[in-house]
Amino acid sequence: MAGSSSWSRALMQISPYTFASIGIAISIGVSVLGAAWGIYITGSSLIGAAIKAPRITSKNLISVIFCEAVAIYGVIVAIILQTKLESVPDSQIYAPESLRAGYAIFASGIIVGFANLVCGLCVGIIGSSCALSDAQNSTLFVKILVIEIFGSALGLFGVIVGIIMSSQATWPAKTA
Amino acid sequence: MYGFEALTFNIHGGYLEAIVRGHRSGLLTVADYNNLCQCETLDDIKMHLSATEYGPYLQNEPSPLHTTTIVEKCTLKLVDEYKHMLCQATEPLSTFLEYITYGHMIDNVVLIVTGTLHERDVQELLEKCHPLGMFDSIATLAVAQNMRELYRLVLVDTPLAPYFSECITSEDLDDMNIEIMRNTLYKAYLEDFYKFCQKLGGATAEIMSDLLAFEADRRAVNITINSIGTELTRDDRRKLYSNFGLLYPYGHEELAVCEDIDQVRGVMEKYPPYQSIFAKMSYGESQMLDKAFYEEEVKRLCLAFEQQFHYAVFFAYMRLREQEIRNLMWISECVAQNQKSRIHDSVVYMF
Repeated sequence: MAGSSSWSRALMQISPYTFASIGIAISIGVSVLGAAWGIYITGSSLIGAAIKAPRITSKNLISVIFCEAVAIYGVIVAIILQTKLESVPDSQIYAPESLRAGYAIFASGIIVGFANLVCGLCVGIIGSSCALSDAQNSTLFVKILVIEIFGSALGLFGVIVGIIMSSQATWPAKTA
Repeated sequence: MYGFEALTFNIHGGYLEAIVRGHRSGLLTVADYNNLCQCETLDDIKMHLSATEYGPYLQNEPSPLHTTTIVEKCTLKLVDEYKHMLCQATEPLSTFLEYITYGHMIDNVVLIVTGTLHERDVQELLEKCHPLGMFDSIATLAVAQNMRELYRLVLVDTPLAPYFSECITSEDLDDMNIEIMRNTLYKAYLEDFYKFCQKLGGATAEIMSDLLAFEADRRAVNITINSIGTELTRDDRRKLYSNFGLLYPYGHEELAVCEDIDQVRGVMEKYPPYQSIFAKMSYGESQMLDKAFYEEEVKRLCLAFEQQFHYAVFFAYMRLREQEIRNLMWISECVAQNQKSRIHDSVVYMF
């Protein structure tokens, strides 16, 4: 099965558990990066705008909650992914089934992580504009919230595809 | 990178941008101006203003009020807001905010030097200076006899020092030289500000380029009109025009040879944005030119607020406040002198 060039041979010798663990790390780490980025973008505008218009604070916390949800998606998927890790005997580590399972978990982690990164950014930037517009004209809040809801659906898409990806990550059965 | 400022602008500028937008919502509206124009006395004006954001600044003033008091207190509000923003700002926003005040510094320097030339008392002049343009050694300007001393004694320590390289001569200061000095300094300042904004890049560079280009063109037109009939030569006039803006370089060539207002109009009508300004005035009339320019400037400044995550909102807010203070001064003067029919001649409405 080893490829002819040394690079592909080297890649195939990396344990599938490495790939799986990195995938889990990315899913939680990059999601939280996206959530934090979004929260500070919204939060700094919200604090400044609330000085002149204190009424906006309670409603605009919804933007922060949408960003936070992105981090929660990352945690949930990371927990699901780590339940998919199973030990296989030494002879089976580099079997095609094992490699497939490792790559599936890795891919799932990347999908969720980066989808949540951009979702958190999107919701954060819209939340910032929402706070500033609400401070000037309170009828705008609900309309901009609709845009945010569409934005936060992007994270959900990532979670769905990630879970589907990881659900078919089956490690080879232990031979007796 | 242009287009992605939203990702990192809020780290340093998010709070202040939100604050400046909050201040913008406190600018007087058409309804406020209508109320103010109906006032009969300055006390009525004070009462109407106490319902706006100027309330805390005017409420302790005893009657009888003077128009200068009203203007002074309103300027004080602007200065307080500016200082609050400046002390919260980090680089490069703090440098940007400081650049906004250099124009006032130049005006103050010229005010004191002119006043000293006409034998006025230094303290009286210091009181007339604009508070945004004050710097520490400003009182020693009264001692200087010519420009070289002016530079060496006082201005070398101020931010205006780099603008002086073009106008140091050893001639004694007189009225004409001082005006030329003012315009040369302002030209250097505008070019420096323009370069700084270009270095900042992104939306700030784009919006500030438009606003500063309009400012440069407006000054070019005003210099041309004010120097018609004086002994300023064409070459000297051309040296006072900035090297950016819509009119650079061909418009400047044509403006430098203009000898009356109709020729200026002929030059400006070739440029579509300025054609609409000059179309508002009928032939031979130049008093309305100032108001037409102010209206165009206010329109462009209000448009700066349409975009988020850039610094031009700070510049736009300061300029809009200054226009509002000009409006209040005009309204107060008309009311104090019982000339209410002329109130609408010079009030520029913002929203």
